[in-house]
Amino acid sequence: MQSIGDALGLAFALVLSGDPDLLEIVLLSLRVSLTATIVACAIGLPIGALVAIGQFRGRNAVLILMNALMGLPPVVVGLLVYLHLSRSGPLGFLGLLYTPTAMIIAQTILIAPIVAALSRQVLEDLHTEYADQFRSLCLTRMQTVQALLWDARYSLLTVGLAGFGRAVAEVGAVIIVGGNIDHLTRVMTTAIALETSKGDLALALALGIILLVIALGVNAAVQSVRMTAARQAYV
Amino acid sequence: MFDAATMGSDPSSRTASLTAGLDLVMRDVGLRFDNVMALDGVSLDLGATGCTVIMGPNGAGKSLLLKVMHGLITPSSGTVLWAGVHPKDAMSRQALVFQKPVLLRRSVAANIDFVLKARGKNMARRDDLLDHVGLRHKANQPARLLSGGEAQRLALARALATDPEVLFLDEPTASLDPASVLAIEKIVADARDRGVRVVLVTHDVGQARRMADDVVFLHRGRIGEHSPAAAFFREPRCAAARDYIDGRIVV
Ligand SMILES: Nc1ncnc2c1ncn2[C@@H]1O[C@H](COP(=O)(O)OP(=O)(O)OP(=O)(O)O)[C@@H](O)[C@H]1O
Ligand SMILES: [Mg+2]
Repeated sequence: MQSIGDALGLAFALVLSGDPDLLEIVLLSLRVSLTATIVACAIGLPIGALVAIGQFRGRNAVLILMNALMGLPPVVVGLLVYLHLSRSGPLGFLGLLYTPTAMIIAQTILIAPIVAALSRQVLEDLHTEYADQFRSLCLTRMQTVQALLWDARYSLLTVGLAGFGRAVAEVGAVIIVGGNIDHLTRVMTTAIALETSKGDLALALALGIILLVIALGVNAAVQSVRMTAARQAYV
Repeated sequence: MFDAATMGSDPSSRTASLTAGLDLVMRDVGLRFDNVMALDGVSLDLGATGCTVIMGPNGAGKSLLLKVMHGLITPSSGTVLWAGVHPKDAMSRQALVFQKPVLLRRSVAANIDFVLKARGKNMARRDDLLDHVGLRHKANQPARLLSGGEAQRLALARALATDPEVLFLDEPTASLDPASVLAIEKIVADARDRGVRVVLVTHDVGQARRMADDVVFLHRGRIGEHSPAAAFFREPRCAAARDYIDGRIVV
């Protein structure tokens, strides 16, 4: 067991030396969470747009479902994905369990509802403002959706960043479906959990520092997107 | 009641178009919100050309009347027909400049481009349209940073980009400086002289005198009077209209 001071010193040394193991973990984390964010946006944005401007039966039920899914606990998502991907599960034949793909699937399920619900709110507010003007211009449904997506671009970017922030910091789902296998599925959060319990505080702290910097970076990005949009009166 | 037939023979009417346009027939139109009749028993005939000015105190129902005419609001009762067709089927031949301009979160130029593209118009017209309303020098600015008057001018340019046969204007010069008011009036008058049917809401009595072929006075959701402009400004028949023009409150 190291003292906290020693561990911090070692941690900074690890970060600054660009330790290859450390780098591998960080890069895998970013790859998994960025991919999950992109897929979640590809699924969540159209759903959000559809619910925002659509008039259909059961719209309220969809709204409630979307908001409920936003609060899915990561471990539960991990468990459900595990049950599907395990060898005896319905998708077991794909052999995806304990691979980065499994982690991407879990994180996508976790954040797609967030992207859908938040973008629904953003697009619906904008549509309320534009609806009469767009109807007067006799725009098609497609033209309306395209215009809304483009005019909400800054807000939607912050929605995407929020999704990424949630994915990259999440541990419960990826540890169940990824298994924290060295050089294969070890990401920052799972490594921190494992190394801490093993007593290797230096590596845990080093990863913690990087994760913190990424979280701060995401927040800074959200802030600067907001400020850019506000400066041009685009929010 | 003043109608399209008598308007044609009135010396003050300036009908310039030779094309068969959209004439409006409204019969006993009512619009109810909860227990309030925002529009009540509105019957109106407008010819396919000319400039009709709608006046009336705040809350009289002028903006609602424009939206009902344009087809954005379906009335609770009565009928609205443009050359015999339902407003929704005539909407693409009309344009409405809203009282509060709704501008896209894009540059000034992109606001025009958007409409030209969506409506399949010649994209090369954008600079001319911006010149027309004196906004060429602001082309690359974010539209939402325009001043109130500039925003209204952009909204007018965007409406003209659709080549409307009917142009609804809801207080289009409410926040313009005097020179801009005259510039906008000239643009609207040019459109009218090209045969565009103009329906203009304004509180500016001077503007109404300059622009109107006929005047509709709306009061508490009802038509108080519909007269040729000359007759209306000589001596309004409706008492509320007289008070309104003389600056006495009639709300
Ligand atoms: N959606 C609505 N629900 C209830 N009442 C409404 C609604 N829209 C408008 N009204 C009411 O109808 C009345 C007429 O509104 P309208 O906007 O047509 O007035 P206006 O004549 O254009 O007034 P102004 O000169 O102030 O622009 C107002 O009293 C307004 O409060
Ligand atoms: Mg109004």
